[in-house]
Amino acid sequence: MSDFLLQTVFNASYAASYMALIAVGLVLIFGVMGVINFAHGELYMAGAYAVVFFYAGLGLPFLAAVALGLVFVGCLGMLMELVLFRPLRTNPLGGLIASIGFLLMLQTIAVLGFGLRNQNVPPVSQGRITIGGAFLTYERLYVIVATVVLLTALWLFLRRSKFGWALRACAQDREAAALQGISINQTARYAMFIGAGLAGVAGAMTAPLVAPSPFMGHTVIVTAFIIIIVGGIGSLEGAVVAAILYAFVHTFVTTFYDGVIANIVGLLLMLAVLVVKPHGLFGVRERA
Amino acid sequence: MPEKNTIGAAGLFGILILAAVLLAVPHLVSFSQQELLVFLTINVLLVVSYRLLTLTGEWSLAHVVMMGVGSYGSALYAKNFGFPVPIAMLAGAATAGLIAALLSFPLFRMKGFYFLIGSFAAGEVIRLIWKRFTDPFGGPKGIKRIPGFPEVDLGFIQIDFYQPENYYYLVLAVVLVSLWVLYRIERSRLGLTFHAIHWQDKLSESVGIDTFRHRMLAFVIASFFAGLAGALYAHYLSTVNPNQFDVDTMVYVLIWTIVGGTTRWYGPILGVIALTIIDEVILRAIGADQIRPLLYGAILIAAILFLPNGLESLVIKAKDALRRREGVAVEKVAVRKGAG
Repeated sequence: MSDFLLQTVFNASYAASYMALIAVGLVLIFGVMGVINFAHGELYMAGAYAVVFFYAGLGLPFLAAVALGLVFVGCLGMLMELVLFRPLRTNPLGGLIASIGFLLMLQTIAVLGFGLRNQNVPPVSQGRITIGGAFLTYERLYVIVATVVLLTALWLFLRRSKFGWALRACAQDREAAALQGISINQTARYAMFIGAGLAGVAGAMTAPLVAPSPFMGHTVIVTAFIIIIVGGIGSLEGAVVAAILYAFVHTFVTTFYDGVIANIVGLLLMLAVLVVKPHGLFGVRERA
Repeated sequence: MPEKNTIGAAGLFGILILAAVLLAVPHLVSFSQQELLVFLTINVLLVVSYRLLTLTGEWSLAHVVMMGVGSYGSALYAKNFGFPVPIAMLAGAATAGLIAALLSFPLFRMKGFYFLIGSFAAGEVIRLIWKRFTDPFGGPKGIKRIPGFPEVDLGFIQIDFYQPENYYYLVLAVVLVSLWVLYRIERSRLGLTFHAIHWQDKLSESVGIDTFRHRMLAFVIASFFAGLAGALYAHYLSTVNPNQFDVDTMVYVLIWTIVGGTTRWYGPILGVIALTIIDEVILRAIGADQIRPLLYGAILIAAILFLPNGLESLVIKAKDALRRREGVAVEKVAVRKGAG
């Protein structure tokens, strides 16, 4: 039984890791630009396809493919900022619709380029850690390690660097930040690069484990929305805590009951949090 | 807002033309397009009821699930309890209203984006319950063999509602009556209160408006009509399943509404008709089925970038231009009279 529990903890940690990467990116984009990026799941998909192309297709080393995935998806993000979100800055619902349009285009491009079927990515490593009866494959371990490293780096960057201060200032109050001489366009561009890049890394790192398909972003975006809501929309820490909470609840209920019940429990958990705290666990009340 | 109650000669003429088009259109299109026409008319009711909900300033992602409550409710009442179909439809719609009233209590604690996702979660829970519990909801396969709308036999004329063209007239009648009711609600004191809550919720509260109860009322009314749309849908298709009411469908409702525009009652109608024709008629005619979503996405982006206030802004601009020209004409006449 304890092996079984440990195994479930391993599975939950893996799920929490990549979901945290995706959710933190989404929060960053929302924080700086005030727009709900519906295409975030497709940025994750694009990251996975970068690995399909560079690693499975061209035979580059896995880490190089992941790095290329980060840059590629980050650039996609900057493109979105430039073409869609900048002109629609005063129109959040418009930004939402534009991102839906963009996600349809990304999905179609993936279908045209790689076909409808699931892609097969050769395993990066066959190794595994065994503790008692429970085991954690190296592939999953890499995802967990990458998440911890990237999120720590992001945290230090936002807290310590001058640019990080500027980014957080924009998230708090755009006009006031602009008055201090912070370029909103530049900040938004970098925030979009980082946010999209994190989703790209999540997709790239999990590509060997999930068999990428053009529509893989769909379930991910729904979960990511739940997570950022439970954490409180503007809060990076909240997103991480909520990702861990959600992944553990979901994985445990899936293991002991079934997936549909787990989805129901996850959604009810979220509703319960919102009924008690209408602005999420770490959210601040919006100014009236 | 001064209300105009009289219809001028031009308005009357326009209404006659519109009526002629609505009555004639099923005879001008192919059989599959007749089916499309039935769904389009149902979708018009769906988006217009959605707009009523957004009047209070809250955007819900549960509207399609509310439509599903109407479908499932009506199907079960007709199939398992033996209600006559028209009564089952109304009962299904009322069930959707009732569920909306219950959901109001947790949901209207939230606002803005929290409400958006909160309503999605509530809707998704309902949808997953349909999917998980085979009795009585039929699980992932849903409910099949739902009784159709009964044949009308007036002796000299028999109307079989399995024909899409006949069902279209039935749907058209129900939808037109519903639209009229929704229009009157918006123009009533109640509708003005919804607007007030949207723009000044604290001020509304300070003059004694119970904002919670009005938000709840808007949600219940919108869900009732969404449920009615769902009932019309279920008895036409004769099968419902949980996937018909998933978030993808909801995203389309959101797209139609926002691309159409929401400040006027006709905005969402323009959105749903224009986008359905573009997607199902024009893009289908081009034939490149694989790149259809790509083109559709590009059209969405273009629409939102170049018409940020929706298709309705075109109509508003055209109306203003027309009025200005009339005004100029009147002025000119006045000047000429003054000169002479």
